[in-house]
Amino acid sequence: MIKEFLRRFIRPIDPWLLLFTFLVFLLSCIVLYSASNQDMDKISDKFTFLGVALCVMWVLASMPLQVLMRLALPMYVIGVLLLVAVALFGSTSHGAKRWLNIGVTKIQPSELMKLALPLMLAWYFHHFEASLNWKHFIVAAVLMVIPVGLIMKQPDLGTSLLIAAAGFYVLFFAGLSWRLIGLMVLAGGGLAYVVTHWNLCIHILREYQCQRVATMLDPMQDPLGAGYHIIQGTIAIGSGGLLGKGWLNGTQTHLDFIPERTTDFIFAVFGEEFGLIGNIILVLLYLLLIIRGLSIANNAATLFGRLLAGALTLTFFTYAFVNMGMVSGILPVVGVPLPLVSYGGTSMVSLMAAFGILMSVGKDRKLMKA
Amino acid sequence: MSRRSEIKNQMAERYAFQLRLAAAALFVLVLFGILIARFSWLQVAQHGRYQTLAEQNRISLVPIVPPRGVIYDRNGVVLAHNFSAYTLEITPSKVGSLEDCINRLAKIIDITPKDRRRFKKLMEDTKDFESLPIKTRLNDEEVARFAANSYQFPGVEVKARLFRQYPLGKVASHLIGYIGRINDKDLQDLDDSGDLPNYRGTDHIGKVGVEQSYESDLHGVTGFEEVEIDAGGRAIRTLKRTPPMPGKNLVLSVDIKLQQIAEDAFGDRKGALVAIDPQNGGVLAFVSKPGFDPNLFVDGIDPQSWNDLNTDPDKPLNNRALRGTYPPGSTFKPFMALGALEGNFRSAGTVINDTGVFNFGGHTFRDDKVGGHGAVDMYKSIVVSCDVYYYSLANTMGIDAISRFMGTLDFGSPTGIDIDGEQSGVLPSQEWKRKRFRTPATQKWYAGETVSIGIGQGYNAYTPLQMAHATAAIANSGVMFHPHLVQYIVDGTNGNKTVVEPKPERVLPWKPANIAVVQHAMEGVIKEGTGAKAFAGAGYTAAGKTGTAQVFSLKGGKYSESGTKAHLRDHAWFIAYAPTDHPKIALAVLVENGGWGAAAAAPIARQVLDYYLTGKQPAQAASDVESSDSD
Repeated sequence: MIKEFLRRFIRPIDPWLLLFTFLVFLLSCIVLYSASNQDMDKISDKFTFLGVALCVMWVLASMPLQVLMRLALPMYVIGVLLLVAVALFGSTSHGAKRWLNIGVTKIQPSELMKLALPLMLAWYFHHFEASLNWKHFIVAAVLMVIPVGLIMKQPDLGTSLLIAAAGFYVLFFAGLSWRLIGLMVLAGGGLAYVVTHWNLCIHILREYQCQRVATMLDPMQDPLGAGYHIIQGTIAIGSGGLLGKGWLNGTQTHLDFIPERTTDFIFAVFGEEFGLIGNIILVLLYLLLIIRGLSIANNAATLFGRLLAGALTLTFFTYAFVNMGMVSGILPVVGVPLPLVSYGGTSMVSLMAAFGILMSVGKDRKLMKA
Repeated sequence: MSRRSEIKNQMAERYAFQLRLAAAALFVLVLFGILIARFSWLQVAQHGRYQTLAEQNRISLVPIVPPRGVIYDRNGVVLAHNFSAYTLEITPSKVGSLEDCINRLAKIIDITPKDRRRFKKLMEDTKDFESLPIKTRLNDEEVARFAANSYQFPGVEVKARLFRQYPLGKVASHLIGYIGRINDKDLQDLDDSGDLPNYRGTDHIGKVGVEQSYESDLHGVTGFEEVEIDAGGRAIRTLKRTPPMPGKNLVLSVDIKLQQIAEDAFGDRKGALVAIDPQNGGVLAFVSKPGFDPNLFVDGIDPQSWNDLNTDPDKPLNNRALRGTYPPGSTFKPFMALGALEGNFRSAGTVINDTGVFNFGGHTFRDDKVGGHGAVDMYKSIVVSCDVYYYSLANTMGIDAISRFMGTLDFGSPTGIDIDGEQSGVLPSQEWKRKRFRTPATQKWYAGETVSIGIGQGYNAYTPLQMAHATAAIANSGVMFHPHLVQYIVDGTNGNKTVVEPKPERVLPWKPANIAVVQHAMEGVIKEGTGAKAFAGAGYTAAGKTGTAQVFSLKGGKYSESGTKAHLRDHAWFIAYAPTDHPKIALAVLVENGGWGAAAAAPIARQVLDYYLTGKQPAQAASDVESSDSD
């Protein structure tokens, strides 16, 4: 009886995803302890977040994939409506409208969109699987542009690009023409070149966004302001060397040189204290998670499952890459936490929710086989 | 489609998807590869360099604070400047017991109880600051003494800083304003506006007056030095230096000598005076009495002085010219007359018989002069300041026409002067009353209320600045400028000048004949009317109007005997401009509880106009004037 219960409880869980997640989590506790100046409260918070996130993951993992399919459209519609509501009634903080006050608490609908958009697109392609042609890609692009545009208007360039990436990955796996992809890459690269080199930036982006891009290209241009993060982060990582300065020994970290060192810039602390070896281990763990995700996509029974698993996995990769890239100074500073490592509940829960969906996709196949 | 080909199709699809997966995996590997390459570059190839930067206790970016812009009057007299001095500063976080540290310091350097109180207040006001001054303006001997003992005081250092100084002290304090230490709210504001990086190293910011409103010009752009610092906190060498851009200088339109004469003319009385050049809106004098010494605020004011300023019943920190609102009394009449002419409500020649009373709706509105002024036309109504004429005129015009016309002169709205905190005053109208009051009975406008509006009483309340602004409009026949204290901003590095108010804000389309009637009548006030005594023997032509505003009975309409308690005594007003053919100055004077305008306010205006137009010093002028008759 108990055995049966346990079997049912455990069955939806993918052991590999869970194992790699735990390993990254372990590393994150070690580095957070140092970054927070040995604040045990933060560690216990982190465990609370993990507990909540695991519950969310389990619930989604045990959910039949069909249920998720049915949820895709309503979630997307609600997400878009909430974004419209933010644009109309949202509360403004530091010049951006991102939050919606719903009496009890404030919510940030763009967080929901991170899952809702890939779900919606995967469902859409799945629905028209039999008759799929280029027109469907046009519709999908429109479905993608609506939330991305709304978020860009808030303005939240970073999040809107990440969500656009999530949507793009679904299109990519659904078979978007290689030629088109090539064209887009060329056009994007060309545009970025023109904008940054001809000072057109100011006409297209908000001032602070241009500032960030300009700062990334030349941090010494504004060493007291926006460039400070990048300079100090780079020094921290560079001074870590091959083996790192050792746990709790990062001078950049402990002399307050790294801003936001428990959240967005926690990777600078990691790089300083654990060196290149540590960085490679972390990247490898992420890589294992990603490989596991892609293999779930490969084995998925339905188009919906394949697209969803593939897109969520690449999205996860994007977060990891963008965060490490910005801290080490090869990407502009956007507000993206390091997945599973940065201190913060929202990002933890939404990542584990994505893992839950991946597990649901994987379980779906097992059931089909059975 | 056959089952076989369907399966084949699925296989093909499957294969296509796997190709995509492989591409995705390659994408991931390449980008992670780039990351690893970047890490290797930073942590292996460049490790030595970054190691050095971090090991030698890091690159330190030392901000170089730009010198704040200097403020001059129109003739180049310095009103606010900087001087360099040494301060003794404590970084509380690096000092164990603060109390003990200060006590030990007191043995080598004189630290007064006032310094201690001020330091304590600074600690409370500015939480985020690294180092705070315990003593400012050290002399050379004190610096030397501390230097010899500095090893005993980790966390305490001597710094050379620029200090702001207002050489004229109390003179023009309300318009110049002052700077003070940046507090938490300033920090928040700077953060919100994105200016915070430019304020690294700066610990003062404009708080009031021109110092505040031109903060972004005066501050300049912070430079920085990229310095290598060893573990002891000493700079080893400078790697790179970007010089600061000094703050821009301000040249005011204010004539500080005129300002001083105007302030002296008030004596101990409270009040305000604003003088404007009607040809360009430049403010020539901007007085609010009493004033305060802005130098008190620069190093952080000590609690005792702060308390004194705040509890003083005369409220020296209150900028009366900008923020004090008063009923204008009879100085409102020329504007009423012009409104009547422009709106065709009454012609200049129409004669009213003033019997001394005006009856309306069961109320009796009385004239100042018992028995009345007899037959009164528009000219005479202004010259002798006849109330009954304006009771009936206001009644004829109605509140809507009055408020519409007065609104064009900026009554009831900010004049747009270039310092913050301006009050709009109250321009009564039906709409204003609806918004101002809660219950339907109090929201309704009663025709009887319009009557006292005509003589500048009732709900009317304007700032001395608004009165001067409107007077300038009459002097300049309807061409209006935003009043401005700063004439131009000078970039000290290249001498470029930016003029603050180059063109008129608006031109009111008054008929020349109408404005001429009002101007002529205001000249009459000076020649043969209520202002004649104050202006006897003036060597120039002037136009003006006296006013006496009741302090209480704001409901209006009821006659009140003057000569009551001091704080309930009437406010004295005088507005004027001169010379009449090509006005160079327009002004409004208000003496709080001063009594009659002709007696209290007009003589002040006389001294100001005398100096500005003839260069005559008030020492000779003071005895000329005594009290005069009623307005």
